Amino acid sequence: MSMVNNTAKTYTGTATSRVDGRAKVTGAAKYAGDFNEGGLAYGAVVESTIARGRIARIDTSQALRVPGVIDVITHENRPRVADTDQAWKDDVAPEEGSPFRPLYDDMIKFNQQPIALVVAEEWEIARYAASLVRVDYEKQPFVTDVYRKRDDAIVVEKPDKLRGDAAKAFAAAEVRHQADYFIPTEHHNPMELFATTAMWDGGGPLTVYDKTQGVQNVQQYLCGVFEKKPEEIRVISPYVGGAFGAGLRPQYQVVLAVMAALKLQRSVRLVLTRQQMYGLGYRPATIERLALGARRDGTLDAITHEAVGVTSQFEEFSRNDTGWSALLYTSPNARYEHRVAPLDVPTSCDMRAPGAATGVYALESAMDELAVALKMDPVELRMRCYSDRDQNEDLPYTSKCLRECYREGAAAFGWDKRNAEPRSMRDGRNLVGWGMASGVWEALQMPAAVRIVMTANGHAEVSCAASDIGTGTYTIMAQVAADSLGLPIENITIHLADSTLPRAPVEGGSWMAASACHAVVATASEVRKELLRLAKLMKASPLADTVEEDVTLSDGKLVSRTQAERGVSISDIMRHGAMERIEKEKTNEFAEDKAHARNTHSAVFAEVKIDEELGVIRVTRVVSAVAAGRVLNLKTGRSQVMGAVVGGIGMALHEETVYDHGFGRIVNHNIAEYHVPVNADIHDIQVIFVDEPDALVNPLGIKGIGEIGIVGVAAAVANAVYHATGVRVRDLPITLDKVLARRPAT
Amino acid sequence: MIPFQYTRANNVADAVRLIAANSGAKFIAGGTNLLDLMKDNVERPTKLIDISRLPLTSVEETASGGLRIGALVPNADLAWHPLIEKRYPLVASAILAGASQQLRNMASTGGNLVQRTRCAYFYDTATPCNKRQPGSGCSAVNGINRGHAILGASTSCIATHPSDMCVALVALDATVHVTGPNGGRTIPFADFHRLPGDTPHIDTNLGPDEIITAIEVPAKGFATNYSYLKIRDRLSYAFALISVAAALELKDGTIQEARLALGGVAHKPWRDVAAEAALRGRPAEEASFAAAADLLLRDARPQAQNGFKIDLAKRAIIRTLTQAARGTPQSQSNKTIQ
Ligand SMILES: Cc1cc2nc3c(=O)[nH]c(=O)nc-3n(C[C@H](O)[C@H](O)[C@H](O)COP(=O)(O)OP(=O)(O)OC[C@H]3O[C@@H](n4cnc5c(N)ncnc54)[C@H](O)[C@@H]3O)c2cc1C
Ligand code: SF4
Repeated sequence: MSMVNNTAKTYTGTATSRVDGRAKVTGAAKYAGDFNEGGLAYGAVVESTIARGRIARIDTSQALRVPGVIDVITHENRPRVADTDQAWKDDVAPEEGSPFRPLYDDMIKFNQQPIALVVAEEWEIARYAASLVRVDYEKQPFVTDVYRKRDDAIVVEKPDKLRGDAAKAFAAAEVRHQADYFIPTEHHNPMELFATTAMWDGGGPLTVYDKTQGVQNVQQYLCGVFEKKPEEIRVISPYVGGAFGAGLRPQYQVVLAVMAALKLQRSVRLVLTRQQMYGLGYRPATIERLALGARRDGTLDAITHEAVGVTSQFEEFSRNDTGWSALLYTSPNARYEHRVAPLDVPTSCDMRAPGAATGVYALESAMDELAVALKMDPVELRMRCYSDRDQNEDLPYTSKCLRECYREGAAAFGWDKRNAEPRSMRDGRNLVGWGMASGVWEALQMPAAVRIVMTANGHAEVSCAASDIGTGTYTIMAQVAADSLGLPIENITIHLADSTLPRAPVEGGSWMAASACHAVVATASEVRKELLRLAKLMKASPLADTVEEDVTLSDGKLVSRTQAERGVSISDIMRHGAMERIEKEKTNEFAEDKAHARNTHSAVFAEVKIDEELGVIRVTRVVSAVAAGRVLNLKTGRSQVMGAVVGGIGMALHEETVYDHGFGRIVNHNIAEYHVPVNADIHDIQVIFVDEPDALVNPLGIKGIGEIGIVGVAAAVANAVYHATGVRVRDLPITLDKVLARRPAT
Repeated sequence: MIPFQYTRANNVADAVRLIAANSGAKFIAGGTNLLDLMKDNVERPTKLIDISRLPLTSVEETASGGLRIGALVPNADLAWHPLIEKRYPLVASAILAGASQQLRNMASTGGNLVQRTRCAYFYDTATPCNKRQPGSGCSAVNGINRGHAILGASTSCIATHPSDMCVALVALDATVHVTGPNGGRTIPFADFHRLPGDTPHIDTNLGPDEIITAIEVPAKGFATNYSYLKIRDRLSYAFALISVAAALELKDGTIQEARLALGGVAHKPWRDVAAEAALRGRPAEEASFAAAADLLLRDARPQAQNGFKIDLAKRAIIRTLTQAARGTPQSQSNKTIQ
């Protein structure tokens, strides 16, 4: 077989199509709930119908009498599980608190809490029997409304050192803006339902197919919970149908499926229903208070950002929400403080750009209001407060091309044609509004290892425990592997998301691209070293006197960087060395750099058209200009940002988990009533990747783009709604009744 | 979901015989509403009588110049039927404003009439609901009621009927053909659905043993001056906050005849003949439309969260009548409202 690719091609940075695309569209890709080796039993969950209290009595006798029911597991008959919080903590668990333990005891901590698992020979039987489980509760008073706990919230985040005196500076400022903003609870609603298939293998290691963003996190967690050794549990999750953060922590279905499999010594599948997914984590409802004080020239004197977000009664979840305001813009005085209000709900969790999506929405709305008060163009205001250093840490950035985002985004959008006056632009019966906002996120990188097995026929298998949650990890790893091994991409096979593979962090925080790709490059360089060692052993080797730094892998050959004619094909080297395969494993290494801040940025421009009398809102155009270092794949990268913009439009106009606080229960727990945008809501979205070379952040200049795309979008839309109508809606989502009701008197 | 028996009806008589013989049985047509309710244990039929293969799938012209639409014509087929598109575009437009393409492919004409409210509490067996469980109370009255009724509600129930198609059909004076153990009868469309009163668990005047066989629309289709406008929280695939079906017959700018019905406002598709009468003989202009809207909404009462609907209904009525008068009906594919 010929292994030589005639035209040496560079994949990194191009619009390479997904390597897993075909498997996905043909149905060959298997998800956690698809695996079946026969003999499966099926689980169905019974949920609590009260928000707080205890189970006085649970009667499973009727359920057990249904033919085909194997068992009903409750807190009364569950097998032994670990009883320390430490054992129940996963990698992503909040530091403070006691993680939720399904079926552990009779306490009810939130509505839709799992309280029994019915296991039956068929899914339909399990589901029917679940409806026959009778529960008597002792109810206790509960609170699910964050506004009722606002004053008792606990401080979780504030600066180490105060910067000036924000309150005093605000009071003295020439122009002031202060307001509260609100983001309701949102659920991730990934397309794929949470599911686990736990394969019992006669007492051998348990293989657990799980929907997760981190197989090793789940594996380690299950070992803790069930007091198992690492080799006794293997977790696999080859494909994930979206997660948006919901799959970062192990969800309760994985515990229940494994519990049932161990108890019954049988393979068990448990798939949650869409409704049950509203009993999992969520983006916390957050009240944000912004106070901005500025001089007439648009420079900021004071920034204060205070927020109160939702968490459960048993764990303290929060993410950096308010710190962004003090980071992004120059201001001599700044103060931020984030508090959490414990409510009788499940623990909140990460959802795409956690903290920033909410906090920056509030900041960028407030900046828009300040621009109005100053009678200044909103882009101009941001230029006046532009900072070249991280304002919290007072550090320079590895790179920051936000200015270019403003410029290129504004040019593509046609921002210069904007009439600043609200209600000044029209299209027939529609008021037209143009709004903009900035976005900011972190550029993180984590330790990750990759194994490469190269065979003499010029194929390479690249393995890592990382997940691809639909973002394109398979594809970018294949691109980088192809380039660093000098092979055509068709010769690369990527293996992911198996806990037995080399160590990887959970897929989140936008850190996977940098982490995994540097591990690929590091391992490929080990392969190259080995090839050079072998090549030097060849008789009359053209590479006899070359050193490691001087060779590269290209076009199926190991060649000198400086003299392209000096080279040997990989297959010749391996044949000569009598090597069938070269196997290397290596962990990425990032130089520690405490002297720089690492962030991605964006500028988002949105156009809305709003029917003046009916309030119907359409987002007709969005331009998102993103500065995120090196973009590895223009196609999957653009899709990431486009999808995030759609998410941001949903956040602005549609998404809201509606609670009836009288019952402490979610009322729209299905995707007919929990609205996300549909095709009709989405029009023109233009994604611009601003050139941002970055030699400092990491050798490949990768910053990650999974989350930056959503930050700022809701504010840009909200600002556009204001510009169109003169109505400032500060509580998301912006529905037509809010726009109509708050219309200024004319 | 609770186990149930399944049987297929061979003809209409068979269907009626089966339903009369099995209390607790239900017909299933497209299943798009019934199955969802069964999965949530809201509907608990002991037996499903599958009527989806009954030969009630034709659209035929009647002797009096109208159309007779079989109860099992899929919503999608009806919307794109040449006779409906040409002569009853109001019906086509209303259907296309509803649900999604996939649902419209499955949903039947008869099932669309009998679909149940989307009130969240009705779907959630963990909460009281008089419609689901008579006497248990109405959770919406003091709960989430942003989408609920502003007209014709009772203290027992403030739910709305969710259909779009029915709004057009009531406006056009359709009749419902039904067959029961004692033979066939017809029900004027306006009398088919009920107000909640103190029996909100009974949605319609269809007898428990009766099957819908057809819907008949009279000759007059108002194909020139009509419009169906649906206001909702996203631009497609959402139930109406307010919808309006309007149809006019004009002569020299004067209204000869008018039809006006609303969706999303009451326990039934809401037609108001008094408002229609007020339009007759008036010039087709905004003042006339506004007066008719005021008349239609004279008894409107808000719930805690849905007061906006009253004003919105008025604006929507004016806009829809304006579209109808101009001969520029609302497009259901381009969501821009002209
Ligand atoms: C997500 C979602 C969104 C939707 N959005 C909209 C929307 O925007 N607008 C809208 O109008 N609708 C909407 N629908 C509702 C849809 O139009 C109805 O579900 C559909 O019309 C019901 O028809 P079916 O044939 O599927 O009825 P089925 O589900 O089969 O039956 C519904 C009821 O009708 C009874 N029935 C059916 N046929 C007959 C008959 N011939 N005689 C007597 N009884 C009968 C059944 O016994 C049952 O009680 C939506 C539905 C869903 C699931
Ligand atoms: S409005 Fe009607 S359907 Fe809704 S909870 Fe009240 S009784 Fe039930």
